Amino acid sequence: MTARARKRSPLLTVLTAIMLLYSLVPLVWLFINSTKSQASLFDSFGLWFSGDFSLFTNIRDTLTYDDGVFVRWLLNTLLYVVLGAGGATALATLGGYALAKFDFFGKRAVFAVVIGAVAVPTTALAVPTFLMFSKLGLTNTPWAVIIPSLISPFGLYLMWTFAAEAIPGELIEAARVDGAGELRTFLKVCVPLLAPGIVTVSLFTMVATWNNYFLPLIMLKDPDWYPLTLGLNSWNDQAATSGGQAVFNLVITGSLLTILPLLAAFLFLQRYWQSGLAAGGVKD
Amino acid sequence: MTINRRAFLRGAAALGTAAAATAALAACGSDDDGGDNPTVSANDVDAALAAGGTLTVWAWETTLKQVVTEFQKKYPKVTVNLVNAGTGDKQYTALQNAISAGSGVPDLAQIEYYALPQFALGKSLVDLSGFGANSLDGTFTPGPWASVKSGGVTYGLPMDSGPMALFYNKDVFDKHGIAVPATWDEYVAAAKKLHAADPKAYITSDTGDAGFTTSMIWQAGGKPFQVDGSNVKINLADEGSTKFAGLWQQLVSDKLVAPISGWSDAWYKGLGDGTIATLIIGAWMPANLESGVAAAKGKWRVAPMPQWTAGGTATAENGGSGLAIPKLGKNNALAYGFMKYATTGEGAQIRVDNGAFPATVEQVNADAFKNKEFPYFGGQKVNEVLAAAASSVVTGWSYLPFQVYANSIFNDTVGKAYVSSTTLTDGLKAWQDAAVKYGKDQGFTVN
Repeated sequence: MTARARKRSPLLTVLTAIMLLYSLVPLVWLFINSTKSQASLFDSFGLWFSGDFSLFTNIRDTLTYDDGVFVRWLLNTLLYVVLGAGGATALATLGGYALAKFDFFGKRAVFAVVIGAVAVPTTALAVPTFLMFSKLGLTNTPWAVIIPSLISPFGLYLMWTFAAEAIPGELIEAARVDGAGELRTFLKVCVPLLAPGIVTVSLFTMVATWNNYFLPLIMLKDPDWYPLTLGLNSWNDQAATSGGQAVFNLVITGSLLTILPLLAAFLFLQRYWQSGLAAGGVKD
Repeated sequence: MTINRRAFLRGAAALGTAAAATAALAACGSDDDGGDNPTVSANDVDAALAAGGTLTVWAWETTLKQVVTEFQKKYPKVTVNLVNAGTGDKQYTALQNAISAGSGVPDLAQIEYYALPQFALGKSLVDLSGFGANSLDGTFTPGPWASVKSGGVTYGLPMDSGPMALFYNKDVFDKHGIAVPATWDEYVAAAKKLHAADPKAYITSDTGDAGFTTSMIWQAGGKPFQVDGSNVKINLADEGSTKFAGLWQQLVSDKLVAPISGWSDAWYKGLGDGTIATLIIGAWMPANLESGVAAAKGKWRVAPMPQWTAGGTATAENGGSGLAIPKLGKNNALAYGFMKYATTGEGAQIRVDNGAFPATVEQVNADAFKNKEFPYFGGQKVNEVLAAAASSVVTGWSYLPFQVYANSIFNDTVGKAYVSSTTLTDGLKAWQDAAVKYGKDQGFTVN
C-alpha cells in the first residue's frame, strides 16, 4: 500500500493565510513606521520604508522626550504587572487549589459568585470601583490600579479546574500520611504540578494588566503614575490641541517598545504553557 | 441664583467615561460654596511668592514648561508641579470629578474659553475681582479678555488667543491659478474651481466641528447664545447662523469639503500632500503646522479670513484658553502670583518665544513679534496678519453656560448634515432643541 496522502483543504489553507496576514500586518506596519521620522510618516506609503532609517533616533527620542517620562511609564507598568498580575496569579492559585481540593461550607456559593464574576466585564466594574477608591482616598495612587488588578475571577476559575485535574487526591493524602503539613504539601507537592496552570494564568493576567487602559484612566490624574497605555495616549492627544506638538513618530515607536516585553514574555513562557496542556491531558 | 447646583454638576459631569461616578459623587461631595469672594492684595501675593510653597497646575499647554522653569528661578521657594491631566474635555471631566469629590483639586487649571462659563456657573472658580484682576483691563486683547469674564465677573486670565485667519497652501493655489479668496463668495468659487481641476483636492475638510461652527457664526455676526445669570436664550436661526448655514451648505451639498475629521492622522496627511488646501482656523495654528506637517514646509501662507462684505475685516476667536483658580485649590494668593506671571509680562514673552500666540496687547504689538519671518511660511511675516485679526474680533459673543455638554452632542445633531440629506439648518435646529431641553433639565430658564 502506498502511503496515505495527507488530507488537504485549499479553503482551510487560504483562510489560515488570511488570518496570518490579518495578525501580522499591523505588526509589520508598526515596525516599518517606527523607522520613519515625523515628516516622512505622512508623505509615504504606510507599508514600506521611506526616508532616512530613523528607528534609533526615534527610540532615543522616545526615551528622552519630556524628561524621559516614557521610562517612568515603563517602570510604572512593570510595577503594576509585577504586583497586580503577580498578586492575582498567587491569589488565584491559592484559591483555586483550595476550592478544588478541600470541602468546606459555602463552596457552592463561592462557585456561583466566581462564575457570576467571570461574566461581569471589568469595564462595568470600573465606575463602582472608582467610587469606592475615591472614598478610601486611594485614587491617584498606584494602589488604585494594583488592588483591583489583584482580583481575577477567570484566573481563579482556571486554576480551580486545573487543580482538580492535575493534582490527584491520592497524592495529597500520601503527603499527609508521610507527615507533611498542609503548607508543605501545597508548596512542595502541588505547586510543581500546578506550574503550567500558574504560567497560563500569569500570562492572562499579565496581558490584562499590561494593556489595562480604562481603570488607570479614571483612577489616575498624575502622569507620574501613568502606565504606558495612558501615557502614549496623552502623547497622541497632544497633536490635537492648539499649539501642541505632534509626536506621532514617538507614539508609534513607543507602541513598538510597549509590545516588545509582552512578546518576550510569551515566547519565553510558551513552552511551559504547552507542556502544561499536555500534562493536563494525562489521566491516571 | 435659581440654578440647582447639584443637578447642574451632575449634568456637567455627564460627559466623560466616568459619568455615573461623578453623578453619584456630586450628590455626596462637599459643598463649600459659601459665596465668599476672597480679597487678596498685591502685597499678599508678593508675600506668598516670597514665602513659597507648592502649586499644582493642570495644563496641557506645552510652553508652560519653560515658564515654570523661569518662574522657579525667580521665586526659588515656590515649587510648581505642572500636570498634564488630559487635553480639553478629558481634563474638564477630571476637574469636575475632583471638584465633586472634594479632593485632588489643582491650585490652577487651564480652561478653554468655551468651557469657562460652565465652571464659573458651577461656582467652582474663584472670582478674581478681589485679587485686583480688573486692573489688568487693557493688558489683554479684547477677544480673550471678554472670554474670561462671565456675567461681568473675571474668572481667569487669558493665556492664548485664537483670532481666525485663512491658512492656505500656496502651491496648490498657484498650480490651478486660483486667487486667494477675500470674500466667502470667492471662497466657494475657489472650492469649485479647485475640486474641478483636481478631484482629489478639496478647499478644506469638515465633518462637523462645534468649535469651528460657533466661530463661523460668530464672524458672521450671529449671537445665538445670550446668557443673563440663569436665563439663557438660544437661537441658532439668527441672522449670523443663517448666513453661515447657507454658505456652508453649498460646500457640503456639492461635496466640496473633504470628509476628513480635524486632527486625525488623515487630516495631518491631507495638509501635507495638498488634498486639503485651506484652513480657517485660530492663530495658534503655525506651531501645529510646523511640528505636525513638516512635509509642507514652504508651501503654506496666511491671509485674512474671508469676509461677508468685501472690504470688511471681521474675524472671530477659535479656541484659546486661560488659567483659572478652582475654589477648592489651596493657596489662592500663590496661585494668582503664578497665574499673573504666566499670562502677562515675562511669562507671556517666554511663551511667545516658544511659539504661542499671545493674548497680551504688549506682545501682539511688539515689532519683534510682528516682523518675525517664518521659514515654514516661505519667509512670510505671519504675525502681521494674525495680529491684525486679533484686533478685529467681532464683539458681544458669549458661549452657553453648558457649552461643554452642547459641543459633546454636536455630532449627533448638526453632524448629520455631513453624512445624510439633513440640512445644516435642520441640524442647527436639532442642536438648539437638544440644548434647550438640557438647559431646562439643569434648572436654567431657557428661551
